[in-house]
Amino acid sequence: MKTNTAAVKTVGKSKPAGKQDTVYLIKSKTKKYGISVARALLLFGLCFMIIQPMIIRFCTSLMVESDLYDSTIVLLPRNVTLDNYKIVADLTNFPKSMLNTLWTSLLVSICQVIACTLVGYGFARYSFPLKKFWFACVVLLIIVPPQTIQTSLYVQFAAFDFLGIFTALTGGPLNLRTSIVPYLLMSLTCMGLKDGLYIYMLRQYFRNVPKSLEEAAFMDGCGTMHTFAKIMLPDAVPTIASCFLFSFVWQWTDLFYSRNFLSSYSIYSVQLSSIVSRMSRYFNKGSDAAQVVPNARQQQLIFVGVLICSVPLIVLYCFTQRTFVESIAMSGSKE
Amino acid sequence: MSKKKKNSRDSWGLRESILTFIPGNSTFSTMRSRQARTGVLFILPFILGFVFFMVRPMITSIIMSLSNVTLIPGKGYEMTFMGVRNYQNALGVDPNYNQYLVEEISRMGVNGIATLVMSFVIAVILNQNFKGRTLARAIFFLPVILSSGVLAGIEKQNEFYDMMAGMAESVGKSSGVNISAALKDLLSLSGVANSVFGLLFDMIDAIYEIVMASGIQIIVFLSGLQAISPSLYEAADVEGCSAWEAFWKITFPMVSPLLLVNTIYTIIDFFMKNDNRVMERINVVMYSNFDFGMASAMSWIYFGVALLFIGISAFIINRGVHYYED
Repeated sequence: MKTNTAAVKTVGKSKPAGKQDTVYLIKSKTKKYGISVARALLLFGLCFMIIQPMIIRFCTSLMVESDLYDSTIVLLPRNVTLDNYKIVADLTNFPKSMLNTLWTSLLVSICQVIACTLVGYGFARYSFPLKKFWFACVVLLIIVPPQTIQTSLYVQFAAFDFLGIFTALTGGPLNLRTSIVPYLLMSLTCMGLKDGLYIYMLRQYFRNVPKSLEEAAFMDGCGTMHTFAKIMLPDAVPTIASCFLFSFVWQWTDLFYSRNFLSSYSIYSVQLSSIVSRMSRYFNKGSDAAQVVPNARQQQLIFVGVLICSVPLIVLYCFTQRTFVESIAMSGSKE
Repeated sequence: MSKKKKNSRDSWGLRESILTFIPGNSTFSTMRSRQARTGVLFILPFILGFVFFMVRPMITSIIMSLSNVTLIPGKGYEMTFMGVRNYQNALGVDPNYNQYLVEEISRMGVNGIATLVMSFVIAVILNQNFKGRTLARAIFFLPVILSSGVLAGIEKQNEFYDMMAGMAESVGKSSGVNISAALKDLLSLSGVANSVFGLLFDMIDAIYEIVMASGIQIIVFLSGLQAISPSLYEAADVEGCSAWEAFWKITFPMVSPLLLVNTIYTIIDFFMKNDNRVMERINVVMYSNFDFGMASAMSWIYFGVALLFIGISAFIINRGVHYYED
């Protein structure tokens, strides 16, 4: 902008001054281009670094096993094959485990989002005793690694007994380890994966809604639930949607909760995490002689597994990129 | 006036708090009490969850960490109290734990600072106007999705990965192809502050991890940058402020409150990563050795260290941060 006005000025001026201005003009132009070239190089380099593993995984996934050991092949496979995908699909119990992941992730993230919206709204719009204390608990929830309480949760759900009700009814504690119920319960009570973060994000959003909106609704005879459902929720849809996306994506790749609570459902991420140990069994099925799966081959199959897991997420991200980015921007902007 | 009013709205005396929840008195039926009860109803799921699925297991876990836990198949478990022996064992007897702990913490110190600086620089760059900005932003955010959960650690678990990394290192050392190693040698020959350069090169070598870990931080900084009013820059420009000065006097102080949020997020994110070796060790102790007491003690030590770090950095940052009020 500045340089342009300088350029316009030089046209009308006398010669010696014009010369000086031209030097200035050239200097500032080269500086400007220099900066944008440097910026482009830096950004390209970093972006390439982020995307490169995906490219390598994709190319490697198409290779025949012999291509892996051929040192003349770096990236492009000589013989393209889709067999690897078939093998990995067999190894990870593919269509079934993916479907299981899909419905559990959907169910869990819907529960999480409902609970977190309510709680976030409560924290943002109401004043009640011990509010600061409970919010400190939310912060605590964000910073306590779930691994700290993993063992005791395991034990608690293996013999689930809510205030002794089940012992009274059925004569013994309930084993909930094999069902999705405990995890759903935890999601409905905001104790699922990264729920503290969602509460924080939603509270940040609801805090910025003007108070007058609520007051106007109250004057017109709108009850609490009505105000919440008809006035607050419709505007909050983008934030809620992004919380949902986050929780869906993180649940999709989650290993910790899936391994602890959904072990009986054959979840894809769990299958993927133990793929190496199942490989040798799979390849040895045909022959009697026990053969060791070479490391490079293992790595290739892991690549394929990772690809299968991440492709749906990338497709989802392409369509909802804006929602993801904007919600984070909003929750960070006003402290 | 307005401040006073706000204070009285948010503060609750003990008597009033109790009366709010007991029907049949004059405080119970006030608007304020009714509102408070609705608020508590809204956060009730959280309270319930926190008490039953957080506090209770936490207490059990503390007790476990103080006792010897033996599993009885089909029945549950049995605990015998043994004091702080588990903690002593975790720190003194376990061959790997304290080594991993120190390693991971120093790695976090280096990478954490690098992540913050890196994400700030990238946010400043992405805040400028150029073609393809949206695409660049989308790509920088991609790691948030692609390096989460199982995807982060799975490739590193393989022996092949270790082998390749070791090979790359040895090749770099012997032939001098590795640029950062060569530079490092050169600089250490000249004898300038070795340890500082060592840290710097650690950061450069870990650049992939750093970029993969800075997705959310970039967006948070970016939102802070976009919230700065352009009139501030205009005023500075009129007063003859150079771009460099404007950066340090306006941009940096205005974004500094977000530094706290980002630091905490970075630390937590790092401590909970799946590819963290301390976590791996805890999992091994828990699932392979079935030593639940020891595993709990280990995770409590780990959590204590994390909390300490968050506290220290929050304290330091809070003293240096400038809060701008409209």
